[in-house]
Amino acid sequence: MRHLLSAGDLTRDEAELILTTAEELRTLADRPIKKLPALRGRTVVNLFFEDSTRTRTSFEAAAKRLSADVINFAAKGSSVSKGESLKDTAMTLEAMGADAIVIRHGASGAAHRLATTGWTRAAVINAGDGTHEHPTQALLDAFTMTRHLAPEKGQGLDGRRITIVGDVLHSRVARSNVLLLKTLGAEVTLVAPPTLFPVGVETWGVETSYDLDAAIPKADAVMMLRVQRERMNAAFFPSAREYSRNYGLDAQRLAAMQEHAIVMHPGPMVRGMEITADVADSDRSVIVEQVTNGVAVRMAVLYLTLGGSESES
Amino acid sequence: MPAQEAIPSTGGREVLDARDVSRALSRVAHEILERNKGSEDLVLLGIPSRGVPLARRIADKIAAVEGPSGGVPVGSLDVTMYRDDLRLKPARALLHTDIPGDGIDDKVVVLVDDVLYSGRTIRSALDALNDIGRPRAVRLAVLVDRGHRDLPIRADFVGKNLPTSVAESVRVRLTETDGEDSVTIVDNPVETAGEAS
Repeated sequence: MRHLLSAGDLTRDEAELILTTAEELRTLADRPIKKLPALRGRTVVNLFFEDSTRTRTSFEAAAKRLSADVINFAAKGSSVSKGESLKDTAMTLEAMGADAIVIRHGASGAAHRLATTGWTRAAVINAGDGTHEHPTQALLDAFTMTRHLAPEKGQGLDGRRITIVGDVLHSRVARSNVLLLKTLGAEVTLVAPPTLFPVGVETWGVETSYDLDAAIPKADAVMMLRVQRERMNAAFFPSAREYSRNYGLDAQRLAAMQEHAIVMHPGPMVRGMEITADVADSDRSVIVEQVTNGVAVRMAVLYLTLGGSESES
Repeated sequence: MPAQEAIPSTGGREVLDARDVSRALSRVAHEILERNKGSEDLVLLGIPSRGVPLARRIADKIAAVEGPSGGVPVGSLDVTMYRDDLRLKPARALLHTDIPGDGIDDKVVVLVDDVLYSGRTIRSALDALNDIGRPRAVRLAVLVDRGHRDLPIRADFVGKNLPTSVAESVRVRLTETDGEDSVTIVDNPVETAGEAS
């Protein structure tokens, strides 16, 4: 695996390899010395043009636990504010010897551009490009679901029903999850108001619904998405209150879920909007565990891209 | 996908059959107990893949000798991340590591592997143990020692010493992984020009 740009690029075997590798790496968190030497001497650059709490620190922790050197680049404190382009930024990092670049950018397609133009020879890992994809989030979500819904070895997510609720239109998490979950054999249902479905969603191979209460009882996992206000420049619903009444996960809806079904959220949550505080903190919610799993999954991705010799694939 | 595939039984000359393997493991189990003066504080860690079933068999033989109170914890130690040739091939799938609940601090860890050859795997295992804890002692039990060490490493307990040439390979097959117990020596295929090893 040379780059990780899209969840859709992964075959089922590749995805399962990442998940089983992450399973082995997860036990590292229980050891007193949380370090493995696999990426010693490699340099991983976190190239983040957008704000991030979880993803950036998660990649940083993952790289450091594999003994890599980490350089954090935040657009706000850099020459990007003076007008420097992605190309020049990439060439500067190349000149400093980056082995891998983890990029989060506001423009869809930025990761692909970085990987294919030849500005840098580093491995490129997409940490979220615009509204397009966020493959490591989908991988850690699938990892979390597998731990709860298919704990026996060898069981995939075949036949599992996953419901994703919220701002699908602007959500790279939704896109990557749909692609990966289908590769792993799950059945996906998307629930959103009509204004928050992208044009062409009927070609995605998923069920769509405007009715959250109808979808909830059938789900093995319910994933709530934040309303991406920062990407909206039109009115998509009359008021936040109406949105959260119709599409928010509250205690009543939680009670309508199956007993084994889990509540997920990629974060950051807006408590009271798409999810109430009591649901977010309930024991059915695996939201905090998703974050822990994120480090293990990102360690697996970094190891498989950088841990061996460079492979062309 | 990952882990190892069963070795088919083709060619080569058999040097150990199923009964020889069993007798060798019994002797190794007794030697471990003799050296340790009992089974106290012993932890057996098999190195995947074939070291793991061997470790379990040795633990079973120890339990048969020492009785119910003489049980020894068994685990596995994957050394993939600590290999010194990690960068020479594409990233390898990780195998399973399972350290028994009481850990390895102040225990006598006995590493178990099928074949001892260059010694690099064991060096990796020692590095891996260093990051997990501090054993009182580390010993090495192998089914076969075929010589040709690249590093100053030696086994404490050896099932069979097999002098071999570098042009040969030692194939260990075990019931748990390959369907039967046998150790055979086969000649390596002749490399044609341009083939990478």
